[in-house]
Amino acid sequence: MKTRALGPRGSTLWIAAMIHRLSGLALAIFLPVHFFVLSLAFHGGARLEGFLRWTDQPLVKLSEVGLVFLLTVHLLGGVRVLVIENFDWHDGQKQLAMLAASVSAVVAFVFLVRVF
Amino acid sequence: MNARLYVWQRATAAVMAPFVLVHIAVIFYATRAGLSAADILSRTHDSIAWAIFYSVFVAAVSLHASIGVRNVLAEWSPLGERQAGFLALALGLLLAALGFHAVFALVVA
Amino acid sequence: MPEASSQLAVSLWRGGEDGRYQTYGVPRRDNQTVLDVVTYVQRHIDPTLSYRFACRVGMCGSCAMTVNGRPRWTCRTHVAKVARSDRLEIGPLENLPVIKDLATDMQPFFEKWQQAKGVFAPSATRRDAIAQIQPDSPARIAADAGIECINCGVCYAACDTVRWNADYLGPAALNRAWTLFNDARDAGNSARMAAVAASGGCHSCHSHQSCQEHCPLSLNPTASIAGLKRRTALAYLKGELKA
Repeated sequence: MKTRALGPRGSTLWIAAMIHRLSGLALAIFLPVHFFVLSLAFHGGARLEGFLRWTDQPLVKLSEVGLVFLLTVHLLGGVRVLVIENFDWHDGQKQLAMLAASVSAVVAFVFLVRVF
Repeated sequence: MNARLYVWQRATAAVMAPFVLVHIAVIFYATRAGLSAADILSRTHDSIAWAIFYSVFVAAVSLHASIGVRNVLAEWSPLGERQAGFLALALGLLLAALGFHAVFALVVA
Repeated sequence: MPEASSQLAVSLWRGGEDGRYQTYGVPRRDNQTVLDVVTYVQRHIDPTLSYRFACRVGMCGSCAMTVNGRPRWTCRTHVAKVARSDRLEIGPLENLPVIKDLATDMQPFFEKWQQAKGVFAPSATRRDAIAQIQPDSPARIAADAGIECINCGVCYAACDTVRWNADYLGPAALNRAWTLFNDARDAGNSARMAAVAASGGCHSCHSHQSCQEHCPLSLNPTASIAGLKRRTALAYLKGELKA
């Protein structure tokens, strides 16, 4: 078989596009769960409160940190794409993609420090 | 992806950008002393502003996620464009139903 | 010719889609190009090796191959630049059917070129006056930015959207469509608009920018496609486009 070398894959912008796609998919999978949990607020919120106490576990909090990263990186990556598509061309997309990922990591880290 | 789907996906993206910023801010605010149902409901209950905010958010995200997932399925799964479209439509409807239900629960019930 | 300084171990793809790599020893020379290496194998080791080239000077766009995993124009790629510890792996371009060895079937690539209406549609006859084009007009600047494409297929081979979506027209065809969009003498824009806005058209592009990264002429098809996206989205919003 022909060896499929990494080739164009693995470049910064390719990884940025992959992060954008996978974060979007993950958020799309998470959203129904998120909405379902919020629906527990019916009838005064006792059931919601019960669930929120379950989320105090460290592992759940850690996955919330992940979600904050996914949401931020999808937002910033999406804004980068919108700017490419709707404004005059600007070079330095690699740097912008790195910046988006870094800012998202910082936001997620600040969230991590807050919730633990 | 054609022009119609493209315009809807990018338009909802542009609409949601400020919404997501606000949402992230609310996430940080809400977790300042741990999440509690009473704290959340005190903000949202009977609030027309939050009702409008989250309703628009839910509508936009249902469209946006649905079109995005359609593209991913069409490119990465063996499904054809049509089947991917049906599955994505189902996801969009599910998101909208669950989302509006949640907004209703937080604001009205 | 200077003395061979050492030996290159060159793996060449042999056979069709289900072929395999076979290694040959090729003497290393100064200023040797990847195309020189392939030619050496065919002339001195195995005359049945199939590959495609014509001009040898980066004009014709027929010698593109996959070199150490990256699509490149082989006639202008120096061995010294790409060989890793005297090893080269040369295969046919990706995203195109393999005919034999290093030669791919470029037909899908050129068919999409036609499908994107990448063909000049004249708006005047030979009896009309020659069009006066201002070189510094914004439209001409946009056209000039993408006009030097030599149809080598490197961007098409580098593009993962092409790989994932068999209907996607690809960077080269869309780049060409964009240059024609901005050509004041062309009269084919309404058909072209419909062609590039259909499923598999410009809106399938994810701006990976692999086309720009690999283009041997440093063109930026991603920017051209962004231009098409803007133009078609606007047309759609104005109701000029049925999608």
